[in-house]
Amino acid sequence: MAKKEFMSGNDAIAEAAIQAGCRFYFGYPITPQNEIGERMSWRLPQVGGGFIQAESEVSAIYMVMGAAGAGARVMTSSSSPGISLMQEGISYIAAAELPCVIVNMMRGGPGLGGIQPSQSDYFQATKGGGHGDYHLLVLAPSTAQEAVNLTMFAFDLADKYRNPVMILGDGNIGQMMEPVEFKPPEKQIATEKDWVVAGAKNRPRRIIKTLYLNPVILEKRNLEIARKLDGAVKNEIRFESYMTDDAEIIIAAYGTVARIAKTAIKILREEGIKVGLLRPISLYPFPSQAFAEAAGKVKNILVVEMSLGQMLQDVKLATCGRTNVHFYGRVGGLVPSFDEIVAQVQKIVKGGKTA
Amino acid sequence: MSLEIVVDRPKTLLPTPTHYCPGCGHGVIHRLVAEVIDELGIREKTVVVAPVGCAVLLYNYFDLDAYEAAHGRAPSIATGCKRVRPDLVVFTYQGDGDFAAIGTAEAVHVAARGEKITTIFVNNAVYGMTAGQMAPTTLVGQKTTTCVNGRSAETAGYPVRMSELIATLEGAAYVARVAVSNPRYVIQAKKVIRKAFETQIKGLGYSMVEVLSQCPTNWHMTPLESTKWVEEKMMQYYPLGEFKVPKEA
Repeated sequence: MAKKEFMSGNDAIAEAAIQAGCRFYFGYPITPQNEIGERMSWRLPQVGGGFIQAESEVSAIYMVMGAAGAGARVMTSSSSPGISLMQEGISYIAAAELPCVIVNMMRGGPGLGGIQPSQSDYFQATKGGGHGDYHLLVLAPSTAQEAVNLTMFAFDLADKYRNPVMILGDGNIGQMMEPVEFKPPEKQIATEKDWVVAGAKNRPRRIIKTLYLNPVILEKRNLEIARKLDGAVKNEIRFESYMTDDAEIIIAAYGTVARIAKTAIKILREEGIKVGLLRPISLYPFPSQAFAEAAGKVKNILVVEMSLGQMLQDVKLATCGRTNVHFYGRVGGLVPSFDEIVAQVQKIVKGGKTA
Repeated sequence: MSLEIVVDRPKTLLPTPTHYCPGCGHGVIHRLVAEVIDELGIREKTVVVAPVGCAVLLYNYFDLDAYEAAHGRAPSIATGCKRVRPDLVVFTYQGDGDFAAIGTAEAVHVAARGEKITTIFVNNAVYGMTAGQMAPTTLVGQKTTTCVNGRSAETAGYPVRMSELIATLEGAAYVARVAVSNPRYVIQAKKVIRKAFETQIKGLGYSMVEVLSQCPTNWHMTPLESTKWVEEKMMQYYPLGEFKVPKEA
């Protein structure tokens, strides 16, 4: 068994990426994720890779596009305002069907916002983010270890679907130090990259493009990408059910908030209140079926987020009015505490409504 | 009797009917670049990054692996590609809106990094594809659809001299400005383009060739008038010449 190392989530993600075969990183410093770029700057040259601190996130994401098109495993990372700047390039990368991994350690917004943890970029991450019809595949770790595992997996996922994959964490996941173990996935998904730009030697030229002036062809391209993502919706849903078997109330939370919810659940169960947790790990595709089934079993679902109710909308869509959906959120960089969640559940038990 | 072929299409150019307007400089510039690629024997290891603008469709003409960039971002895509595959010859082909306005940050920093790529920067002082708006290189007094009375320095400032600007950067190894308005300039332009590619192949740093080009359609001139305008008006503000030459060992 590999030995455990004590690392911040950010450092752990950078190391995991390298061990998953990532050889190029392009980024621009922004708090609270700087440890990723810092580690990449000295680690990548050690493994024969390359690092550039770009002049902006706008430029960084196109360096990612260039490297992805040339066939490399490549990633970038940023935090909310920087991810907003990257949205143009992310749309192009999705349109060109190139694989890459993007880490967003969310901080409070809107605008320059703050540097404390937040989950207020859920819409941006899961609904596309840039212009046009596309989706990122979005994975939300709840611990540093899970950040390691999901980062390694993200590169396979990106290659498999030729689509950008986003690791959606928050400042807390990035900064908190925890013991982690690096265990690369047992079988890497073998994908032949027969679209790589490398010089047209002994074959017809290849073009990585996103412009289709003929609307009939552009619609076809859109449908091809949509069909591809339908495959991901069928096969790539991940979530954790925690104490849901006998639960009468289910808390829905991801990332940092899900950890806090587990503490709240222990306290509530000591009080005799049967509460469970449904924790989406893949935010896109969203585990809608799991929530639809939960809606058939419990009368109340409490969504807790570090936002004003973004994942809440996906939970409402999945449950389709068949259960009461309550909401509790903190924003601006404030993190809901376990006793706040306990109080919300107690209110629901007493027949109150929280959202 | 068999006829000897004296002049042929460069191998790097495809037999594509042109979409460029009559009198446009792009066709000549495409051909010069293709001839240089043929002569250097690098077609199979060259990658071009297309811009947004009239030349967005240049991959229809060049028999090369290609990327199509977002507006202004070609140098960053070229950077990503070249870092992954340093044995390739990578060049961007960009217009004045692309290189001197929306992509100025990328243009400056690709040169500052000394990225071993080449940029062919086509300056025709107007936005062609969007049909004639003011460019960052539009001359003071020049009329466009967004400065109908002529560019006013008071409200729109002054045209940007990219070659002079880029030449100040340590990472830029070769920077030159040429024109394609008459045969003499065309021959000179080809020599300069070749030198730019050679600079990259030798690993000396970033190379950029600014080509003064004509846009009869959006200048509302005949092709002949437009070549005269390049020589009489543009060259006054944008002098031809080499602004930086490689310090070869």
